[in-house]
Amino acid sequence: MDGMITLDETDRRIIRETQAGLPLVPRPYHAVAEKLGLSADEVMARIEDLLDYGVIRRIGAVPNHYRLGYTANGMTVWDVPDEQVDALGELIGALDYVSHCYHRPRHLPDWPYNLFAMVHGRSRDEVESKAETIAGLLGEHNRAHAILYSIRILKKTGLRIGD
Amino acid sequence: MNDTERTIINGLQGGFPVCERPFLAAAERLGLSEEALIDGLRGLLDAGVLSRFGPMYHAERLGGALSLVAMEIPAADFEQIAGQVNAFPEVAHNYARDHTFNMWFVLATEKPERKTEILDEIERITGYRVYDMPKLTEYFVGLRLDV
Repeated sequence: MDGMITLDETDRRIIRETQAGLPLVPRPYHAVAEKLGLSADEVMARIEDLLDYGVIRRIGAVPNHYRLGYTANGMTVWDVPDEQVDALGELIGALDYVSHCYHRPRHLPDWPYNLFAMVHGRSRDEVESKAETIAGLLGEHNRAHAILYSIRILKKTGLRIGD
Repeated sequence: MNDTERTIINGLQGGFPVCERPFLAAAERLGLSEEALIDGLRGLLDAGVLSRFGPMYHAERLGGALSLVAMEIPAADFEQIAGQVNAFPEVAHNYARDHTFNMWFVLATEKPERKTEILDEIERITGYRVYDMPKLTEYFVGLRLDV
């Protein structure tokens, strides 16, 4: 399902209570329910709905890729024809080492790139060789590209909904 | 990292069940005990190998606006502008990158119309142009790291 869902206050309370993580106890949804004064069945039913509607992408472990040795993180950006971008985006997004793949607007003449793919590797060499593979897949559709490495985190807070 | 930790990281990046005893159900699938899974997750979170365990929310579907924004800032002004940009609570992440477009931040607002207001304000305060690059289409989001 990919439609829109209207979130009510109970959904928002569940989101606020779980956005930092689930409690590590044998019955985590029951623990959330107890804290919010809801029944566990209601919490689980609403979480199932949020999953079905894509408000929750998935439930699981979020690895810290720096701590796993993936210290080179390159934002690869590509200038491809707009009429090809969807097909090429699907192709590149399916690669194992691409964590995010989006179509974004150009800002001509300063910024000609319209396809973004985050590539993670253990070194810049590894990222560059993966970018070469992407260039090969894009072939003649790749008119220009660049790799932007993050050199410093200036701010990092989670995305949070307000109270 | 031990075998249990590797099993948890590789096997639990998604698909955690919604049921009364989800750790038990997930542990059975991974060939672990419920207790070993919970202890393993706690250890990985404490060590910072996992940054979080739980639902990953899709920010735009919560009703707000989300965008990636780039700026081109001369080195001499960089720290000052970073401070001005970071002072907005709606700026969630901000990275320095090695390109003429050297500052890249994610802006997340609860009300969609607030995005334009903040971008205008950042341009006014800093005196530099912002390049708004909201996603037009998402092809993939996820991490498939194997350890």
